[in-house]
Amino acid sequence: MSTSLEKQRARDGWLLSAPALVLLVFAAAGPLLIVATYAFLTPGDYSGVVWDFTLKAWFQVLFERDIFDDSISMADAHLSIFWRSIRLSLLTTILTFLFGLPTAWFIATRPAKQRAAWLFLITIPFWTNLLIRTFAIMEVIRYDGLLNKALLGIGLIETPLRIMYTDTAVLIGMTYVYLPLMVLPMFAAIDRLDIRLIEASYDLYATRLKVLTKIILPIVRPGIIAGSILVFVPSIGAYVTPRVLGGGKKMMVGNFIELQFGAGRNWPLGAALSLILLLIVSVALIFYVRVSTRSDSDG
Amino acid sequence: MIEISKVSKVFGSGDAAVAALKDVDATIQENEFFTLLGPSGCGKTTLLRLIAGFDHPTGGTIRLAGDDITYLPPNKRPVNTVFQNYALFPHMTVAGNIAFGLEMLGQSKTQIAETVDKMLDLVQMQALRNRYTTEISGGQQQRVALARALAPQPKVLLLDEPLSALDLKLRKEMQIELKRLQSETGITFVFVTHDQEEALTMSDRIAVMRDGHILQVGSPRDIYNHPVDRFVADFIGETNFLTARVAGKKVKLTSGDVIAAGDVSRHGEGAEVTVAVRPEQVRIGEAGAKGGIAATVNQTVYFGTDTHIHLKLGDGSDLVARLQSPPSGESGLSQGAAVSVQFTDGAVQVLES
Amino acid sequence: MAEFGRRKFSATALPGFSTVAAITFIVLYAPIVTLVIYSFNASDSVALWGGFSAKWYGIAWQNTHVQEATIRSIIIAVSASAIATTVATMAALGTTRRGKYSGQTLIYIMINQPLMVPEIVTAVALLIFFASIKVATGYTGLIYLIVAHSAFCVPFAYLPIRARLEGMDLTLETAAADLYSTPFRTFRRVTLPLLAPGIAAGAMLAFVISLDDVVITEFVKSAGQDTLPTYMLGQLRRAVTPEVNAIATALLCLTVLLLTLFFLLTRKRG
Repeated sequence: MSTSLEKQRARDGWLLSAPALVLLVFAAAGPLLIVATYAFLTPGDYSGVVWDFTLKAWFQVLFERDIFDDSISMADAHLSIFWRSIRLSLLTTILTFLFGLPTAWFIATRPAKQRAAWLFLITIPFWTNLLIRTFAIMEVIRYDGLLNKALLGIGLIETPLRIMYTDTAVLIGMTYVYLPLMVLPMFAAIDRLDIRLIEASYDLYATRLKVLTKIILPIVRPGIIAGSILVFVPSIGAYVTPRVLGGGKKMMVGNFIELQFGAGRNWPLGAALSLILLLIVSVALIFYVRVSTRSDSDG
Repeated sequence: MIEISKVSKVFGSGDAAVAALKDVDATIQENEFFTLLGPSGCGKTTLLRLIAGFDHPTGGTIRLAGDDITYLPPNKRPVNTVFQNYALFPHMTVAGNIAFGLEMLGQSKTQIAETVDKMLDLVQMQALRNRYTTEISGGQQQRVALARALAPQPKVLLLDEPLSALDLKLRKEMQIELKRLQSETGITFVFVTHDQEEALTMSDRIAVMRDGHILQVGSPRDIYNHPVDRFVADFIGETNFLTARVAGKKVKLTSGDVIAAGDVSRHGEGAEVTVAVRPEQVRIGEAGAKGGIAATVNQTVYFGTDTHIHLKLGDGSDLVARLQSPPSGESGLSQGAAVSVQFTDGAVQVLES
Repeated sequence: MAEFGRRKFSATALPGFSTVAAITFIVLYAPIVTLVIYSFNASDSVALWGGFSAKWYGIAWQNTHVQEATIRSIIIAVSASAIATTVATMAALGTTRRGKYSGQTLIYIMINQPLMVPEIVTAVALLIFFASIKVATGYTGLIYLIVAHSAFCVPFAYLPIRARLEGMDLTLETAAADLYSTPFRTFRRVTLPLLAPGIAAGAMLAFVISLDDVVITEFVKSAGQDTLPTYMLGQLRRAVTPEVNAIATALLCLTVLLLTLFFLLTRKRG
């Protein structure tokens, strides 16, 4: 009798989930298979693909063939775009951590009544349109923006800094837009931390530094890992922020993919690049699942 | 009223199977306050849920007023439940909660209004009728839960440890209240609890359960004074257990003293038996008193109204006596004092097993 | 001993942490506040302050592109959040409170899949997929955008509904059954009303997420199907006027309003 109940439970569960699954297969997961297929086809003359199987797109990711003498060399431009994406994403993760940890700590240690309000202050930027936030930071760092005016005003610089359309601009922008993603999971982890553990370690003669490194960081580790993944994954796939702040010059993978579907007219290359991006993200997520399940069994 | 025959319930299957009820038989009379008493995991709540219809037994039948209701869904049984956490609908008012069952039964608006009114009076919640159930105290929620379950006038009211969430003082009040409601409505109450004191004060009859079995069914006095076995004696109230051998119509304790005990006819001469005696039936007299058992005072523990005297008999076995504390609070029995011990007539019970 | 004696001990104080937190909050809000202030700039520049004026709001209001983009954004967000919330509610009912069954993890992964795949990858996948459908059918209406938005809104609608369901006391439904309620009436009278705040919260998140989307919309839209965000993205290529600030400020206000509602809805009772 219990097995038939289980069967019915599974059947009802699948039936109720079916509309959502159909929608997601149609407009999210399914089309990814088309991308996977396109990566092995030949680009069409103007756009789209010709149904000829080839590995050329994958070859093009790493190498380029000189149009005059047919010699093969590493595709430096492609590699530098990947390298920039990874470097900027890692730096963004580190910067958001350095700003985020004290902020999360500050919010978690407020009196219970204030805490919701501080948290709300972090949540507003979190839900505010990414484009609006990118636009807002652009207004600050541009040549005649607030930052340069302030620095000129206090006499720290004599000529305005040219930040826009550099890697620095993209880094500042991504740190700014993804900071709440780092603060929220770290806050959740710190919030669960029992303050008496800290009191106990002070009671046992620990210094502040020891309390931070031996008690707080190990216990908050799951939050740090979750926050890092939440920042790294959208950073590596970022499109809007590098497009607005990096201009056409300082591309990241996301912009480079778009280029293949636009002016580049090389859909298979774009598809191959998408799959590589998906692979990087999957590796990051698998790493996260591994690490977080391990820290679960530790505790 | 309710006939439970050969009811068993197994949770899980294969190696993970756990038998919560094992061939339970019981009959609950009409208008009775019947209590299922036992430690957690004894199967009392499982049995209640089977009567309510929230779960089906693995075997056996349950009859209500002669009809087989074993597999009837809960919404088709004239049985209502007061849940342990009350399970009041948070999105409805006090009156809305009480009206719910009546609406589901398809009663007319005027009829519902009338019954709700009557119920609010019965549990003295008229003043809070339009409050949401999240805005009233625990004791008040308890009353609403009762009124809600009583409103459809069920044949049986099931109560799943309904007083466990209340503090001691409120619990005492609600015990009296429940008893009053039962006699006023004339509805059969089946009450589940792990609190032996609660069971003794309120019940007409008690079924003591352990490991999916009913060990003993009887009136509170029956169960307290004539427990069938060591578990029942130990679970209900405090008890001293002494080992003895049958000697004629009396028993001989390991200390060598021969004392009068209950019916020993079932045991052969010289058979080893366990005898039980309640601490309040132990009398302490001066050392050497005639017919007394020699003992020494080991420790006295003051409990306010009572004082417990921990004694050691000649063979080293332990015995606890409960005395009413004298006005001075001093029992006058110091550690190491030699005393003699006697038992009240008929106080010593020979346990069946 | 004097240096220990006076200062109050606090177990949670760490040197410099409050300072960094203060800087973080200032850095987070300064650009947003600046953006809002400059939306009231009387001059044509986003850099030079020319006095207070609400004229850019008027200009944006009169702009037919903005009007059309706004209407389009709202149509898409309303439809997508309605669809996403409906299917997410059903899925949440199907994946909670019924014990484990085979395939549950798969359903869970499928529902959260849009959160795991980079938006740009989903965007190009939909571009390819919908482009071929557009060629085959000749239909280029808003449906593509609505379907795409519905899909990526599902996990956002699902999470608060699932959370609400998991926090719901199962004995309430048992109690309803005990009080002669049929399963359908129990769902309508007990489950659904108790679930309502979760559903409303899910719908609101889905609405905000749809309203904010840039990347997928940019790739899926046909010619002349700009939403407010893609319109703004297009404007950023040109000389920016405070009109963009005005549109951004209006969107920002809407987001804050919806978020406040969301918090009030999900706040624990008592």
